[in-house]
Amino acid sequence: MNKILLIIKREYITRVRNKTFLLSTFLLPLLMFGLIFGGALISANSNEKRKIAVDDESGLYKNSFKNNSAVEFEYPSGITRADYKQKGYEGLLVIYSTGKQKADSIRLFSEKQLGFGTDEAIKNQVQKINENMLLMERGVNRTILDSIRAKSESDDFLNYRSYQVKGNEIKEDNKVLAIAIGYVCGFIIYIIMIIYGQAVMRGVMEEKTNRIAEVIVSSVKPFQLMLGKIIGIAAVGLTQLLLWIVLIFVLSSFSSVFISSDLLQHAQQMNATTGMAQDNTVALKALEIKNIVFSANWALIVGCFVFYFLFGYLFYASLFAAVGSVINEDPQEAQSLALPITMPIIFALFIMMNAIQNPSGSMAVWGSIIPFTSPVVMMGRIPFGVPETVEWWQLALSMISLVGGFLLTTWLSGKIYRTGILLYGKKVTLKEMAKWAFKKS
Amino acid sequence: MNTILEVQNLKKYFSSQKAVDDISFSIGKGSIFGLLGPNGAGKTTLIRMITGIFYPDSGNINLNSKKFNPSDDVIEIGYMPEERGLYKKMKVGEQAMYLAQLKGLSKQEAFTRVKEWFEKFEMQTWWNKKVDDLSKGMSQKLQFVTTVLHEPKLVILDEPFSGLDPVNTNLIKDEIFKLSQKGTTIIFSTHRMEQVEEICDHIILVNKGQKILDGSVKEIKQQFKEHIFSAEVDRIPAVLEHPSFSIVQQNNNNLTLKINEGYKSNDVLMHFINQQSNIIGYHEILPSLNEIFIRLVEGTPTARKFEPVTA
Repeated sequence: MNKILLIIKREYITRVRNKTFLLSTFLLPLLMFGLIFGGALISANSNEKRKIAVDDESGLYKNSFKNNSAVEFEYPSGITRADYKQKGYEGLLVIYSTGKQKADSIRLFSEKQLGFGTDEAIKNQVQKINENMLLMERGVNRTILDSIRAKSESDDFLNYRSYQVKGNEIKEDNKVLAIAIGYVCGFIIYIIMIIYGQAVMRGVMEEKTNRIAEVIVSSVKPFQLMLGKIIGIAAVGLTQLLLWIVLIFVLSSFSSVFISSDLLQHAQQMNATTGMAQDNTVALKALEIKNIVFSANWALIVGCFVFYFLFGYLFYASLFAAVGSVINEDPQEAQSLALPITMPIIFALFIMMNAIQNPSGSMAVWGSIIPFTSPVVMMGRIPFGVPETVEWWQLALSMISLVGGFLLTTWLSGKIYRTGILLYGKKVTLKEMAKWAFKKS
Repeated sequence: MNTILEVQNLKKYFSSQKAVDDISFSIGKGSIFGLLGPNGAGKTTLIRMITGIFYPDSGNINLNSKKFNPSDDVIEIGYMPEERGLYKKMKVGEQAMYLAQLKGLSKQEAFTRVKEWFEKFEMQTWWNKKVDDLSKGMSQKLQFVTTVLHEPKLVILDEPFSGLDPVNTNLIKDEIFKLSQKGTTIIFSTHRMEQVEEICDHIILVNKGQKILDGSVKEIKQQFKEHIFSAEVDRIPAVLEHPSFSIVQQNNNNLTLKINEGYKSNDVLMHFINQQSNIIGYHEILPSLNEIFIRLVEGTPTARKFEPVTA
């Protein structure tokens, strides 16, 4: 036991002292924020305006199309399918009509694909214009129509919220928040399992190719060496997680300094007296966001996150160690042998992305119970609520099977590791590894 | 002589071969024991069983007349494998401390011992250097220090001099002798026979998983002697031929001769005396371990190859 502690200490200290640890601890969150905001920015910018020329035979639609962020409409005269491009339009919308009553058919022509969004936007607009025309035919005044539209879309009229009810408990259903939390948690666990799993593999490979393994296993059991390494790296991961939590805490308290507490209090009072957010101050918006964020069950989420973080890593780490132990200095070999392990992790990410859309679907449920995918998938489901979406038995079964799976993989990997670490110059196949794993000791 | 290690009928079969096939031997306390054999003979497997890395399929290993128990007895054993291994990115001092503590020394003990040995080998300035920065010879020295640091009763050295210059070879050779004088038993595995002759008291030769030779260096040489003598005379006698011997090689007045069966040295000398030749020197040429090694290991298959097929 004492010797495992020594090994854990060495693994931990040499890794934490390494510059790459500090760099990755502070750069990874930045990178993630960068990816999220960068992604948002790119997707916002990618909706560059499409200029569409409208050739309206009927004259009914003239100036009725509304420009929005995605599409801009113009109504030039005498435009044809042959020359719309030269005149600087990306698409030509032709409205065929025989009478003055309605369009017979509407066709959009373009050289490039204009994208699903553009198509949908134009279709919606046509539908709305048709609706307006029908209403006006029945004698509804244009100004009345406009005012009705404006009013029906205002916040007063469209005060829509969804709630989750269980017995006497009523909770606001925040799908967007749940999706966001689920996605981020699942993604972090995915990254952790890959990065730290590979770190274990590389560590084992280093010991084998440096030939230090033989010196060490003449002092300790191979299983102790493997376990020490896995636990040592787990401690590094937990340290990194703790640093991230501290970092988030510091950043969030830093951000609340921007919104002075005075303003917040004022807003809170107003909220209490009027019972409804009417004033559109920045402070109130911030308060609202804060309330939404705090509405999530953070204690449960963080608790489960730490559990799945730790055991998800442990489940895979020993498998990575087993693969590392059979490799002979050939990185290509490492890649091909590690593939069967990385595949289910990547697969888990896809199930998780599906699960945040449909957290009660059977793929999400079983994906969150089977230990190969459960750490990533379950973290995608938990923010939707326990026990509303994730029933207690599912959570319990998922946790038990993950811990059981961890014990099983570690036991089997230990046997592969024991043989592999001292075997040089021989290319080991997956079949042989399986044979070692199931050999009676 | 007290035995420190006794190996009885040790067997270890791998799926493809009998790596160690029924080997027994015992090693006296404080002796330097040579474990010889060609590549792939099963030496490393044998050593790995003695160091507790492998479990034997059958047979016993007794250390200090007690059954060898790997988890308790590792402190008694120091093992330096043929392929050297150290953590490249770790500092020299920390590495030595770590390996000593893994053997079971306390931190305090490890520290004093490491300092002591570093002083002895003039390595104090290396403490904060990374292993990466050491030359091959330097890391070899470090490896040796980490092997003997915990003062094991049994030190197993697999090719300890490979890659060392003569100065450092002597340094480590001296340490091996000193350890041996202090009562440490040393198992020395190598292919280099001149070193074995120089260092070892007792050897065994292993081939194809089996022990084919066991004894002291002197005994073995006697066992394999071919009655070849070297004689130097002041002049070659007129009649050189005599039934007592045949000439193997003649180089001016230096003769290498083989005594024929049924005769003794004195018969040969008598012949020279009768022929009025003065004998300046006369001594027996014993085969070198190298010759014995090659004869035993390569002899069988080559002889078999040239055997005429009798149907």
